[in-house]
Parts: sequence; structure tokens; C-alpha cells
Amino acid sequence: MINSSLKTLAQMLANKEISSVELTQTFLNRIDAYNPEINAYIALDHDRTLAQAKAADARIAAGSATPLTGIPIAQKDIFCAQGWKTTCGSKMLENFIAPYDAHVITQFDNAGAVNLGKTNMDEFAMGSSNETSYFGGVKNPWDFSRVPGGSSGGSAAAVAARLCAAATGTDTGGSIRQPASLCGFTGLKPTYGVVSRYGMIAFASSLDQAGPMAKSAEDCALMMNVMAGFDERDSTSLNRDKEDYTRELYNSNPNKPLQGLRVGLPKEFFAEGLDAGVAKVIEDAIAEYKKLGAEIVEISLPNTSLSIPVYYVLAPAEASSNLSRYDGVRYGHRASEYTDLMDMYCKSRAEGFGAEVKRRILIGTYVLSAGYYDAYYLKAQQIRRLIAQDFEEAFKKCDVIMGPAAPSTAFKAGEKVDDPVAMYLQDIYTISTNLAGLPGMSVPAGFATSADGKPLPVGLQIIGNYFDEARMLNVAHQYQQVTDWHAQAPTLDKPEGTA
Amino acid sequence: MEWEVVIGLETHTQLRTNTKIFSGASTTYGAEPNTQACEVSIALPGVLPVLNKEAVNCAIKFGLAVNAEIAPRSVFARKNYFYPDLPKGYQISQYELPIVGKGAMTIQVPAVGKNAAYEKVINITRAHLEEDAGKSVHGAVEGMSGIDLNRAGTPLLEIVTEPDMRSAAEAAAYAKKLHELVQWIGICDGNMQEGSFRCDVNVSVRPKGTEKLGTRREIKNLNSFKFMQQAIEYETRWQIETLEDGGTIQQATVLFNPDTGETRAMRSKEEANDYRYFPDPDLLPLAITEADKARVSAQMPELPEAMKLRFETQFGLTSYDAASLTASRELAQYFVEMIDAGADAKPAANWVMGAISAKLNAEEKTLAESPVNSVSLASLLKRIADNTISNNAAKQVFEAMWNGEGEVDAIIDAKGLKQVSDTGAIEAIIDEVLAANAAMVEEFKAGKEKAFNALVGQAMKASKGKANPAQVNDLLKKKLGA
Repeated sequence: MINSSLKTLAQMLANKEISSVELTQTFLNRIDAYNPEINAYIALDHDRTLAQAKAADARIAAGSATPLTGIPIAQKDIFCAQGWKTTCGSKMLENFIAPYDAHVITQFDNAGAVNLGKTNMDEFAMGSSNETSYFGGVKNPWDFSRVPGGSSGGSAAAVAARLCAAATGTDTGGSIRQPASLCGFTGLKPTYGVVSRYGMIAFASSLDQAGPMAKSAEDCALMMNVMAGFDERDSTSLNRDKEDYTRELYNSNPNKPLQGLRVGLPKEFFAEGLDAGVAKVIEDAIAEYKKLGAEIVEISLPNTSLSIPVYYVLAPAEASSNLSRYDGVRYGHRASEYTDLMDMYCKSRAEGFGAEVKRRILIGTYVLSAGYYDAYYLKAQQIRRLIAQDFEEAFKKCDVIMGPAAPSTAFKAGEKVDDPVAMYLQDIYTISTNLAGLPGMSVPAGFATSADGKPLPVGLQIIGNYFDEARMLNVAHQYQQVTDWHAQAPTLDKPEGTA
Repeated sequence: MEWEVVIGLETHTQLRTNTKIFSGASTTYGAEPNTQACEVSIALPGVLPVLNKEAVNCAIKFGLAVNAEIAPRSVFARKNYFYPDLPKGYQISQYELPIVGKGAMTIQVPAVGKNAAYEKVINITRAHLEEDAGKSVHGAVEGMSGIDLNRAGTPLLEIVTEPDMRSAAEAAAYAKKLHELVQWIGICDGNMQEGSFRCDVNVSVRPKGTEKLGTRREIKNLNSFKFMQQAIEYETRWQIETLEDGGTIQQATVLFNPDTGETRAMRSKEEANDYRYFPDPDLLPLAITEADKARVSAQMPELPEAMKLRFETQFGLTSYDAASLTASRELAQYFVEMIDAGADAKPAANWVMGAISAKLNAEEKTLAESPVNSVSLASLLKRIADNTISNNAAKQVFEAMWNGEGEVDAIIDAKGLKQVSDTGAIEAIIDEVLAANAAMVEEFKAGKEKAFNALVGQAMKASKGKANPAQVNDLLKKKLGA
């Protein structure tokens, strides 16, 4: 059951083979058994969760269920959920109980989904290993000595360890796709503006986008049907007709389902810096796509190497301003002793923020300062436009772009904490899509063996054109019809505590 | 050396919208602290701004009213600084691309002493939309400072002029004209006590005849025209004296103390701010089309300049009278209502600017509080025009109306002020007067013109003031063969 697809679970609920309360309890038992070790969840409230499951059962009985009614979902702790502690992985918000719901939370509530709890994350979503969380690191379910990736590390571990049916994540520079790659499941970052950011705690407003993290492309499509949609409370939310993201999944040619699909391979994604084991897995996946009828086109994204420096100007610039509201005045951490207002600001922020957050606030403040703005912020905006143009050119030659989602498999906890630049390079293949606002996903494509002999998951990245999520989901789905990489789950050391 | 003062103004006008500029919270003044502070107003984690279109309409109205360029694309920017009453740690404002560009306003500078009144064009540099901050409340709780975020997010239009003014009187005339204009077009309630209209004044001095601007000091948050004029006069003297004593002026923000009549520089620390402006990524650039402008333009009332010209051409009023009547929309409206009620334009203008203004000034009332409304005043004027009462009697009637003694005709009857226009009755009175004042008649016939007026006076007196003076004149002339 814990490995079942969302569609199967919905059928079981509809057929009364299982109740939402039973299903939810199954996951809660697993959470109680494994979470103390994995640390995927940082806020749990079983009573509240089971009350939602009970309500879902009533809704199912009343015949007004949606495809996600009664399904237990893990929510990244970046989404404000009324009555839930919402910390964003920071000491600054350690005791902050959200008095309102994020749009994403409302959408799941309206669909009748069950909130299993809030998942761990890098502090304010700044990190690629979940090690910047104030609430401690998260273990990769494939190897507890390794990181799950970040910043949506808690959601990633929860999906991989089957501690939820599916989860939400957010992706500013790769925070859904890189952990999906490192933990071996399917994750989608939609086109910027498709999912409302209202109530999602801001890191870098022009890059942040929420998306699904789940066991398959089909599950991601069902999640997208709930998450996506116009919200007038977010001015960057796009006012488009409601889409059915599953619409392309079930009507393909059975022999050559992807006949004529032009797959672009950017040469810059296969250059120096890519782990050989990862490269091999990606090549095999491309070969599989050829069998499905795809046609391979070589393309170039010449400004790829600039995406990291551009991102590390723009994202910190926006973050330095977005995080100014955490000043100890109205809510959040306030230093216990201070001499005056300035001292209260300084101490509260010095105590409330971790090192990586401080580093980015300093970078952001610097690049926006008088005398530096033109050289950094403005120049970075110009290059951002060039990066988007690279993709525009590329999509004249292909329908989707493929490559690795991350340059390596999961690395050891502590391995990169003292080398921020090495950490930043984890997002080399994902960041450019955020800068361009394009949708991207990571799909399990196999395993590469680590130096210490562990098989670790590798994700294939699929990048689509704007609003092409339905097609991308089908491209992944067809691959998942002929491979079973996405269905593989880690064997956990402890015995299952299921009911 | 002769000095010249150079003045420019930045005015924060609170826009009259029901809700805040980036949220649905109410903007009503005077509520209990923090009862009008929604999750956006207090900047909870995760909240986002949504632009209030009504605030945009207000800005467009202002742009149209001062003939300004209205930007087809303007951009909201974040102005970053820490202050307890600024919940996000940044103010959403407009920086490089404001909604309203260059425009102009004509001001009337009143006569002072030997200097005659004159008109002057003041150039508007720009006007931009931004949000107001909250307020710090000190002392409500012993030893603590409180924050009231009711005002946080109230829409403001900041209107900036070129350094075009050359005296405190010009600055005050501009501020008054702007104050009237924003109320005229309905975008601001103009309540200076509640902070709806706040002026910052930049003042510098330079030797007369030179081009280069001196170093300016900014006088912050002036909330009355009187204080503004006092503050500028003091600041100007201070700067000139400082320079004449061999000192230099440092750029600074200063505050005016109404009790001492002096300006004083704030802590210099406040000057060191680098606001790190950048475009707000939560808001799209603001696009304004020709159609938007046309739609707003259709809702605009006739503007004071246009109305002034119309009063001159349509009613034959002098430029001065037309300008006075269009000094406020209320006054102009009152005048137009009188015309609509059948009053003649010139006497209507004279009464509004004379008797009504004098009474309002004396009793410190606004036109809205006038006990005599436009229609009643028009009926009084009609009774003068149709010779029912004399001008003198009309003054008595007006006084009675002001004191709430009733409507025009009732007062005329009650006081017996109806004019006698019956030729026979007047002739009889004149005959009596001529008989009783033979000496005066002789004087007149001997060439003493003054004797005629004395006879008119006697006739009026005999009629108890009720005789139509024009008729008395005519009949008397006839009888005397003059």
C-alpha cells in the first residue's frame, strides 16, 4: 500500500477497501518508527491529521470525493498552514504558528487531502543538502550517511522512505529536482507563475516556485491538478484556464508513444564536472527514449556557466530584502536582552539566522548597494535575459531538453558544508530554468555506484517550454511505462511499524 | 550681497481609497490601534502585495490635472531600511520609473505690501505611488514603545516639484493650490491634522543672479501652511546668516519647532541611509493604456483652470474674480448653483466673494457650514433684481437669513422691507419733501448739486427707506426740471 500510486489509493478509498484514517495511520506509524532517525518531519500533529482523515472519509462516503480526497500528503515547512508551526527551517520562526493558510495548503484542503505534517528543509530554502536547517539534517533513505539534497530535503526523504503518499516542495534553483535526483523519485518545478506563491515563505520571489514531489509522473500530474491555478493574491500568478495535467498520459501510440518527439541535449550539460556514473545513467536513459520514438538533437545553452554567478547575485539580492521583515518587532525570534532598537535588531537577527542565511543576506545587501548595483544586480538581470534567450533558441530545434538533474549522486553529510561554492555547483543544471522561468523535472533513471560501493539514485532532468508541463509529464510517464527505476524504494534498516 | 532663496516641495498626499494600496485592509482614520492591520499590513511570512487599482486611478487623475506625462509603463521598487513602523523592512515605492512624469501648475501668489499679486508656473518633476508607514506610539504603556500598523499600507502619491519657488509666499501659494487641486479632483481629503497632506520643503540660498544651486536642507513633515511659511522664512535667514558669517551649509534634514519658530537638524546618522532600491519582484510593471487614461478622464470633474476661463467668457467675470471663485471646488460649485437657481453672475460673484466670504472668515466656518445655502442666496439676489428690495435692505435680509430667521420672502415681509415702486406714492412723498425743504430747492436751483442728493435722502427717509431709489431720483429730477 505504501508503494501504491495515488490513482490506486484513490480507487481503494472509493471502493472502501481502506479508509483514509487507516491509510493515514499507516503512514503515521511509519513516521513514528523512522522519523526519529531520518528527521524528515519537523512538525507533526497526529490528532489534527487524523481529524482531517476522518473528514475525508465522510466526504468519500458522501460521494463528493476528488482524486486526492483522503490521501496523506507531506507539506514542506515553507507553506503557512493555519494552526501549524511554520518555521521555514529557521530558529527565527521556531515558535511561529501560522494564523493563515498558504494558497497551496488551501488547495489541498479543498481537495480533501490529509496534511501529514511539515517537512524539514534548509533554512529559508537556502541550501542543497538540508544541512542548513536549524532543526538538524535529514538522512537520505538510500544511505543514512548521505544527504537527501535540498532545500526540500525533508519532503524528498519522506517520499523516498514512503513516509507519505506524496509531498510538496519548492524550487528556487533546483530545490525540488536535485533532491528528487538524490533520493530517486519524480519531482516537477512548474513554469514560474503556475502555482501561487501566496503564503509560501519567500526566499527569492522572482525564482521561487512550488511543485509536486511524488513516486511517478502520473502522481505528479494529479498533484499539479490540485496545486496549479490562478490566485489573485499573487500578482505573479498567471491567469490561465484550469488545466488537466493528466490529459496527455493516456492517449499515446502504444508502440512508439513518443514518435517524433525532438529531445535536445545541451552539450554544456555533459561537460566537465559531471560524475561519470551519472553520465552513464543519463546516456542509457536517452537510449531508452530513442526506443520510444524520440529523435535526438544536439543543442547549445552557451550561457550555462553564467547561471550560477547570476543566480548568486539575484537570489541573495531578493532574499536580503525578503528577510528584512524578521526584525524581532512583531513576531519571530527577539533577543532576550538588548540596549536599544539597533541592538535589538542586530542581536535578534544574529541569533535567529544561521550562517548560510547570513552569508546570502550579506551578499544581497552588497550587490544592491549604491555604487555596486549596476555592476552586479543590473548586469545579472541582463545575463538572465541572455540565458532565457538561449532556451528560446534551443526550443526552436527541440520539444524538450534532457540532461542530468544534478552533477553527482548523494554526497556524504558534512562533505561540502565548509565549501559553499562546491555546494552551489550542485544546482548547475537546474538553476538556469529558474532564471528563465521554465518548467523542469527530475525523473529516476537508474543508479550509480558510489566509491564506497553503494548504489545511489540518479535523476534525468527534463526541461520543457513554458506551460508545457502536461507534455513533460507524458514524456516522463511513457518512460516510466517501460522502466521501473521510479518504483524502486530503499530498504530501511528498521522493521516496518505498519498497522 | 543680495541673496535668492530656491525652494522645491515634496508632498505626500494620502489617497482617498477605501482599502490600502496593496491589501484589502480598511484605510479609515482613527480606529483602535492595529484593528486595520491584516496579514499583509503586518508583513507575516509569505504574504504578497496586490495593487489597488483605485490608487492607480487617483494617480492618473492627478497626472491629467497637471497636464503631465503618464507613464505607459512604471515600476514599483523596494526602498529598504529598518524601522519598527515599517513592517516589511522595506517600503514599496516607485523609483526610476514613476507613474506620473513632468507636468505643471499655475499658482496665484497674493499681493504682499507694495508687491502686487501675480501668477507663476510651477513645474512638477514627478509623482509616484507608494505605501505609507505605520506609527510608533510612545508612552501608551509605561517605559515601552508601541507600534500601530493601521496606517501601514495607506496609499500615498508623492508629488515632487522642480526648485521653482523663490519665496516662502510662493511655496505656500503652491502648497495651497495643490491642496485645493487634490481635493478638487477627489483623490485626497486634504485633512492636514490627520496627516492626509504632508509637505517636505527643500530650501537653499544662492547669491542673486547666480545659476548654481546652493546646498539644500529639507524641512520635514510640515502640516500647516502657516508653519510652512514660518519655517521657510526662518530657514532662509539661518542659511544666509550662516553663509555671511563665513560658514557652509551641510545637506541635512531639519525639523520645524512651532513653539520656537526655529528649524533644527536631525541626527546626521539618518542621512547615511543607502536604500538599496530595486524593482519589487512581487509586483508586475504597471501598464497604463490610452484607454485607461480616457476612462479616468471621463470621470474627471471640470478642472479649475478650465472653469476659470469658462467663468470669464460665459459670465464676463474678471480674471481675478474667476480665479477667486475657482480657488476651491466647493466655492465654484456654490457659485454655479446660484447661477442655476437664476441669479445673475456678477452680483452672485460679488456676494459669494463679499458677504459670504466675510461671514465665513469672521466665524471661521467652511462653506459647507454656511447657514445660507446657494439657492437661498440666489433668491435674495432675485429680489434685488426685480426691485422688491433695495441693496441696503438686502444686507439686512442676508443678516437675518444668516441668523436663521427664515427664507427671503418671509423675512422681507416680517421686516417690512418691500420697496415702494408705485409712482403715485413716491410722487406724493416727493411733493411733501419739496414743500418742506424750500431752502434746499433754492440752493439746487442756484447750482448746488449737493442739494439734490440731500433731497433724495430726505425722500428716502420719508419713505422709511422703502422707496425705490432709482425712481426717487428720476421723479425728483423731473419735478425740479433738472
